[in-house]
Amino acid sequence: MTHNNSEVQERQPLSNARLGILVLLGAETMLFSGLIGTFLVFRVGNVTWPPPSHIGIELPRVVTGINTALLLLSGYTMFQAWRAIQKDGVKQLRNWLLITGVLGLLFLGVQGSEWVQLIRKGLTLQSGVYGGIFYVLIGCHAVHVLSAVIWLFIVFGMAMAGRFSANRYTGVDTCMIYWIFVVALWPILYVLVYLS
Amino acid sequence: MHDNGHTEHHHEESFISKYIFSLDHKTIGKQFLIYGLIMFFLGGGLALLFRWKLAYPEKPLPIIGVSQQYMDDGEVVTGADRMWERIYESEKEEWIEVNMPAGVMTDAFYNMLFTMHATIMVFFVVVPILVGAFGNFLIPLMIGTRDMAFPVLNMLSFWLAVLAAVLMTVGFFVPGGHAAAGWTGYAPLSADPQWTGVGWGQNLWAISLLIQGFSSLVGSINYITTVINMRAPGMTFFRMPLVIWSLFIVAILLLLAFPVLSSALALLIFDRLAGTTFFTATAEGGGDPLLWQHLFWFFGHPEVYILILPGMGIASELIPVFSRKPIFGYRSMVYAMIAIAFLGWIVWGHHMFQSGMRDDLGSIFMTTTILIAVPSAIKTFNWLGTMFRGSIRFTTPMLHGIAFVSMFVIGGLSGIYMANTPVDIYIHDTYFIVAHIHYVVFGGSLFAIFGGIIFWFPKMYGRYMNDVLSKIHFWLTFIAFNCTFFPMHILGVGGHRRRISNPMAEAVEIITQEQSFEDMNIFITMSAFTLGFAQLILVFNFFWSMYKGKVAEQNPWQVNTLEWEAPTPVPHGNFGQIPTVYRGPYEYSVPGEESDWIPQAQPEHAPATSGD
Ligand code: HEM
Ligand SMILES: [Cu+2]
Repeated sequence: MTHNNSEVQERQPLSNARLGILVLLGAETMLFSGLIGTFLVFRVGNVTWPPPSHIGIELPRVVTGINTALLLLSGYTMFQAWRAIQKDGVKQLRNWLLITGVLGLLFLGVQGSEWVQLIRKGLTLQSGVYGGIFYVLIGCHAVHVLSAVIWLFIVFGMAMAGRFSANRYTGVDTCMIYWIFVVALWPILYVLVYLS
Repeated sequence: MHDNGHTEHHHEESFISKYIFSLDHKTIGKQFLIYGLIMFFLGGGLALLFRWKLAYPEKPLPIIGVSQQYMDDGEVVTGADRMWERIYESEKEEWIEVNMPAGVMTDAFYNMLFTMHATIMVFFVVVPILVGAFGNFLIPLMIGTRDMAFPVLNMLSFWLAVLAAVLMTVGFFVPGGHAAAGWTGYAPLSADPQWTGVGWGQNLWAISLLIQGFSSLVGSINYITTVINMRAPGMTFFRMPLVIWSLFIVAILLLLAFPVLSSALALLIFDRLAGTTFFTATAEGGGDPLLWQHLFWFFGHPEVYILILPGMGIASELIPVFSRKPIFGYRSMVYAMIAIAFLGWIVWGHHMFQSGMRDDLGSIFMTTTILIAVPSAIKTFNWLGTMFRGSIRFTTPMLHGIAFVSMFVIGGLSGIYMANTPVDIYIHDTYFIVAHIHYVVFGGSLFAIFGGIIFWFPKMYGRYMNDVLSKIHFWLTFIAFNCTFFPMHILGVGGHRRRISNPMAEAVEIITQEQSFEDMNIFITMSAFTLGFAQLILVFNFFWSMYKGKVAEQNPWQVNTLEWEAPTPVPHGNFGQIPTVYRGPYEYSVPGEESDWIPQAQPEHAPATSGD
């Protein structure tokens, strides 16, 4: 039950919801900056990376590379969903949303199975800062993907209930912005953590 | 749910939805204010406890400590003795042995007290009052809108803050006591329980601050969106009152700074609970204690500007109103705040000169820190310029405004000393730093808070605060404050270190060239107790005036800004019709005008209207 301020808001280029999400992304960026900064301190501070105690453990670069492609693809499909609803394509919206959600789940699934294998090989949270920052940084991103997926399925449910149309799609809009952020963040992490 | 423009209708609201889970920005603002005042007493009480220890390290605490006789031969004389006797017979014995054997506090307990004092004051008093209370109450009213952009999030922000405060308070009662690694939580003290002996206390400290961070995040999203999107017609950015500018800038700082602390807190929690070693150096690929300091101060320095900018904003409202003059250099005030906020990001190293740093890096941090003095000085001269040849009305809010400016100058100047690396290496971690932080945060932020409370009280509760009590409170506070904190400069330069529980211990005296600081410490403690008791007057006055104060008219101080256009008490939805803004906020004593004030909502060449 918000107080309707449309008498003022109509003049604004960005709706409150949209602006609010963009502002939230500022905070998310700083959260990841803190963690990426930490990673860099350790990465730069260690002559050999992984540190000698972890020789033999290799991060799965190829599988993760493919996974990266999956996630990037989901960014594209999310964008298509957004385009669809602008043209009032309610049915396309549902389809694209569903594809996006499945891609997101796939990404999480692949990453989860990688983690299981890494832990079997002996890379755990307690394996010095190498293991520690790997799990915390990548895990933090995974939690973001997970919340984006949950959000997406809520939006999907709303789409099934016919709540969106060409001039009413704030829910899709905000979810898309968040999704794109989570997708765009990943390649940076991939390059830093897996390839550097 | 409300139709636009007609908010006169009052739908029945239950007590719960009106006062507890309220969505109205004004109620949430008042909730934050009372929250802050309660925590103010907790934080202040802790300070008085450890001040006793600094003055009389070996003596039992008064009232709650045991009597000398009981210490000597176990004879119960006072009520406190009886209480201790009972505690000794109960299970709590271990706690007593660790913290206050025979009523004399131990070093471990002292560590916990100063840690929690600062934590509570910074995170649970000054920010909630300045940002939570004033931000919520003032932003919609002063930019001319009906509520925040996201009222539900606003309520969430308050209740998250309550949850954080509860967890922080619970920490006092867990085994091992509360956090004791300083409010800055330096690793490895904070990261490894073996150093402080603190277990869940430190965990709760970190978890509570994480939640407080969420609360701030939600709040700042709300403030930023509201200020950008919901200003009344005609309320351009450069017609916004300076306090709104300051809150807007602070919301941006909070938004961007707190997540960095959150990342550090998360890593700390992993270190403590999941066996990682991010902040402890170990042979097996361990981490780096200095990393904590970098993350903490990258957040911490913007945080200290979060503590002062809204105070500057409030002073910028009080001073022109009671000087009956436009603020001097409105735009330069805005740009100075932006400059301070920007520079605040690149100076964090000035807290780490003594931690070990490359020399050239030290010079960079030194230079950028000193640069902050420039916008700070601009603001100071603008306040003075505003008062210069004004028709000053020495009301109590104005006294607080003037106190703010003068105390901020002292605190800012001591900051310049410390900003110089060679000087700081000598005075770092001494009472000089303690003097500095209290001149800026108590002398600055708190005087602004007091002034702001008295100033906006008539709009909040429709009544004046009792002026006699307010004046007594002001003068007692002003004098006791200076008696408490000014001597700390001298202590600090003399070599008295901070965070030392017994300044008379032999080892400490050797470091301080065998000077005894006993007399000065006793004087400071006396003044601190006076200062503490003076605050009781404020709180009594606050609650008494809520019900018994003199009823105030709609615009008692003759102010131009929009919040005074709204009827008192301000209804749900604030304004009958959203006002249109025709001018800047500080048109006082305009030459050629009859009245010495022209409200922002008054059209050109029309008789003064008073809102509805
Ligand atoms: C001209 C402006 C200022 C300058 C140049 C300045 C400089 C400094 C420096 C160099 C230190 C570190 C000293 C040390 O630990 O050795 C310091 C500490 C501190 N400053 Fe400032 N400061 C300024 C204004 C402020 C303001 C406005 C606030 C808050 C409202 C503030 C709050 C603090 C706090 C809380 C600490 C101590 C942190 C701690 O170690 O516990 N300062 N300041
Ligand atoms: Cu600083």
